[in-house]
Amino acid sequence: MRQLPRSTDPRLLVGIDTADDAGVYKLSDTTALIQTVDFFTPVVDDPYLFGQIAAANSLSDVYAMGGKPLTALNIVAFPICSLDPNILLAILQGGQEKVTEAGAVIVGGHTIEDAEPKYGLSVTGLIHPDKIWTNAAARTGDRLILTKALGTGVLATAARADLFPAGVAAAAKSMATLNRTAAETASKYHVNACTDITGFGLLGHLYELAVASGVRLEIDSAVLPLLPEAQEAATMGLVPAGAYANRDYLTTVTIDNSVPECIRDLCYDPQTSGGLLFSLPESEAIQLLAELKQANVDQAALVGWVVGSGRGEIHVK
Amino acid sequence: MSNEIDARGLACPQPVIATKKALENLTGGVVTTIVDNTAAKENVIKFAVASGCGASVEEKQGHYYIKITKGPAGAKQVEGQAATGQTVYLITKDTLGHGSEELGAVLMKAFLYTLLETEPLPRTLLFINSGVRLATEESPLLGHLQTLAGRGVNILSCGTCLDYFALKERLAVGEVTNMYSIVAELGAAAKAITL
Repeated sequence: MRQLPRSTDPRLLVGIDTADDAGVYKLSDTTALIQTVDFFTPVVDDPYLFGQIAAANSLSDVYAMGGKPLTALNIVAFPICSLDPNILLAILQGGQEKVTEAGAVIVGGHTIEDAEPKYGLSVTGLIHPDKIWTNAAARTGDRLILTKALGTGVLATAARADLFPAGVAAAAKSMATLNRTAAETASKYHVNACTDITGFGLLGHLYELAVASGVRLEIDSAVLPLLPEAQEAATMGLVPAGAYANRDYLTTVTIDNSVPECIRDLCYDPQTSGGLLFSLPESEAIQLLAELKQANVDQAALVGWVVGSGRGEIHVK
Repeated sequence: MSNEIDARGLACPQPVIATKKALENLTGGVVTTIVDNTAAKENVIKFAVASGCGASVEEKQGHYYIKITKGPAGAKQVEGQAATGQTVYLITKDTLGHGSEELGAVLMKAFLYTLLETEPLPRTLLFINSGVRLATEESPLLGHLQTLAGRGVNILSCGTCLDYFALKERLAVGEVTNMYSIVAELGAAAKAITL
């Protein structure tokens, strides 16, 4: 991507430079457009649930910018000739349900023939240009709040091994949950930076936030919210290759020896439709956490601090 | 008894599942799982450790041969070979004890000789720092270690330490290991003893 020419249009408020969740384009002094796209292969067997998860995941990028989803387009790859069309219908119904829950509408889409099903959405949202949550403005002294439990990658691997059904079910429920309540609750606070936790795992997305903000972070591994059975699954080697790739890529991360290996793996575990991560002043963070819990964002937790200026260093203790 | 699983070309979690099945069908002895990527390697080692087995890795031309020694739980003694237990020794010097090096060399010889007489044998001997000298060509106790290896004891020497003493080419028994495997072995041991 680095070889591509950069846009110099002043109306592009958030582009690809800071590895943010979505692009933001200024329409007027009071309105900016948020645009994002994501799609992937099935992470669960149930097509309806897969549709819900893919939509929750795509919508999350708009929430991570502080915006409100407006419209969405379906992106579908499907073996039209060899698979039951009812499966495709179920996927689309699941997606539509989540888009409706988000208060947005599906305005169309496109399907291509492919050997393996893939589904996702391109979502457009709106935001006031002064209220954008980028990942580039975390400040020293901020506390970090994570709103969903970690472990969807490990448990998706467990699902393929037909192991840990309780954890797999909990992961599916978590992945299908919109980040809407978390984002709307946090919109009343002075959030300095926000991102959603997806394929690069907790530490990968924290790294992007820390680099973009010019800070260094500390994470308290003892309080990380974890999905049920995620630790057991990681311990027995059900760790997706992406977690190791994330670990090998992140050279600015240091982890205390006392942190168990399964927790380390979960810190690197690629998440599908993961939670939001907020960076905000300590005085407000405590209050936001209490309000999130009250609003049934029950996995939310204070997971770390912005400890000073830096270049993306993260210490896990 | 040995059993080889070729899990090359398989995506996670298939190498772990294949190893799990092989271990379930095995009453004792060794399973060697071959994988072609580091993610699968780490996962199979995790599985082995979580299952109470010993694991050691050898790399050949980018492929990893993971030797998994099934623990005594459910393991039957194989004829002509003593069952190995769950004790791991971490040997940090080429002599035993502090004081006289000369006496220490005699004591180490006596220790390994006595170890050969014990039942069950230790699962693994880990050699670090100058301890790695014992597993090289120049070791006066090479014969003892070869006998132990022949009876199913894992002999693992720290690669960094062999490099430090420029002895990697002269390793004469067992395999080279890394700190990851050393920590995994110690963590999985029912009893870990440092000498």
